[in-house]
Amino acid sequence: MGATAAVLERHLVMYRRLWRGSVFSSFVLPVLFLAGIGLGVGGYVGEIGGVGYLAWITPGVLASTAFQTAIGESTYSVMGDFKWVRSYHAMYAAPVRVGEMVAGRLVYILLRVVVAAAVFLGVTALFGALRSPWAPLSLAVVALVGLAAAAPVTAFAATVEHDSYFALLFRFVMIPSALFSGVFFPVEQLPGPARVLACLSPLWHGVELSRAATLGVFPAWPVWAHVACLLVWAAAGTAWAVSAFGRRLRD
Amino acid sequence: MQSLIHARGLVKRFGDFTAVDGIDLDVAPGEAFGFLGPNGAGKSSTMRMIGCVSMPSSGELRIFGMDPVRDGVRIRGRLGVCPQLDNLDPDLTVRENLTTYARYFGLSRAEARLRADELLDFAQLRDRAASQVEPLSGGMKRRLTIARAMVGDPALVLLDEPTTGLDPQARHLLWERLFQLRRRGVTLVLTTHYMDEAEQLCDRLVVMDGGRIVAEGSPRSLIAAHCTPEVVELRFAEEGDHAGKLAGVGRAEALPDRVLLYVDDGDDAVAEVHRRGLAPSGVLVRRSTLEDVFLQLTGRTLVE
Ligand SMILES: Nc1ncnc2c1ncn2[C@@H]1O[C@H](COP(=O)(O)OP(=O)(O)OP(=O)(O)O)[C@@H](O)[C@H]1O
Ligand SMILES: [Mg+2]
Repeated sequence: MGATAAVLERHLVMYRRLWRGSVFSSFVLPVLFLAGIGLGVGGYVGEIGGVGYLAWITPGVLASTAFQTAIGESTYSVMGDFKWVRSYHAMYAAPVRVGEMVAGRLVYILLRVVVAAAVFLGVTALFGALRSPWAPLSLAVVALVGLAAAAPVTAFAATVEHDSYFALLFRFVMIPSALFSGVFFPVEQLPGPARVLACLSPLWHGVELSRAATLGVFPAWPVWAHVACLLVWAAAGTAWAVSAFGRRLRD
Repeated sequence: MQSLIHARGLVKRFGDFTAVDGIDLDVAPGEAFGFLGPNGAGKSSTMRMIGCVSMPSSGELRIFGMDPVRDGVRIRGRLGVCPQLDNLDPDLTVRENLTTYARYFGLSRAEARLRADELLDFAQLRDRAASQVEPLSGGMKRRLTIARAMVGDPALVLLDEPTTGLDPQARHLLWERLFQLRRRGVTLVLTTHYMDEAEQLCDRLVVMDGGRIVAEGSPRSLIAAHCTPEVVELRFAEEGDHAGKLAGVGRAEALPDRVLLYVDDGDDAVAEVHRRGLAPSGVLVRRSTLEDVFLQLTGRTLVE
């Protein structure tokens, strides 16, 4: 996997050029969001599971931000690198394997997601929303959520020819996931079929694990089961991405 | 000596369509080899197979004696590729394009920086090193793409239409750079639509048409084999079957705007034309070129 680092580096050099545009959405928006919902709405909600609303949604917003960043960063830029910039074609003409292109890209997304989450976690600690010494483990959870979301979306982006598919992805997958995966209210409130859907979403598993870490409570399922679900998403998504990149590049 | 590129019965199909239809090639180390042919002849398809980014549909292909399907990555590590369409990173600077690409070839960061410096000089882009690629002129981008192809210190460089769209000055600068590479012993394989380019740069070339090789040889030998030494171009003010009246003078080819007359001695032929009572409005005697060879072989002009 020698060229993985080189691919990662290319994405980081790109990011150094473009990072300003992402500061607001990666760092500022989640905190504003947390303050608005957590403090504002929280004033009316009272306690959930024995903690204040702010502390309860913090791990959810953390996982949800990672989920949405991972998806957002794996759509237009992946398609653009195939269709317009053709930078994957450039890599493919050099001694870079398809697996290394996918790996380098996913590691880049992981870094983005984990750095943003670490900043967010620091801010929420100031709000007093972290209630457990396990809280730093939520960064590992966030990394897993990022991978579980980014890998299949990267694969999807490598197969489509038109960006209108992304609007559908955001509208019918990302936003419903973010709303109904236990970020703002427990999934037990959902009707049966919707609860099954929530269990399929990598975000719900991430939210459960992240909440377990910051509040020191047990998640809905055994920890290994949540981790396994996230790993299945990540592994299947990565395999799909490698095959989609390969099909796109070889003709 | 072992061929750097060895192909036998090489075929590339896209669905039912056959883009490359069974070609044989051998390119020796140090050679400058050219593909000439009209749009859609299969030049790029062949180049992409040689570059190991497109799999042959059938036939045999060996690059550096290796199999592109099994050893694609190892082969690509020793190639430099300038594709027909630039695929530079437009948001990165000129220098960053070189350094990031160098890293794909396994150079360390320090090596990549040194290499980028050398190549900035090579491409005469040092004063633009810190500017983004997007606003560069077409010629500068092309030069950067070629410089980028050199980062891995390749033994074989593939250039797909390196000078298409460049002004004459930029073309000559590029030719000069390519001569430099040849002097260093780098093997060049290029495609072009320009006869003068092929004659200038190539030791040997093939003419492709419809996915097949229709002629092969050095520029001089192709002209000697397929053409007469001289060509007379005749233009006529009024319409008429002028070519028909030239029987016996030489082989005549009627084009929409002129008649070409293939002869051993151009001045003699012009005298004969006038003796036959023809009054062309314009007469040009010139040496025959690859363009004429192409016309002879395919019945079509190369650049429409
Ligand atoms: N990926 C592809 N899918 C389908 N057809 C293709 C593909 N690539 C090339 N072709 C077809 O193969 C034929 C040869 O194309 P190729 O690009 O090799 O020609 P070329 O000689 O390079 O032409 P040009 O001078 O225009 O660059 C063309 O008819 C082209 O439409
Ligand atoms: Mg071409």
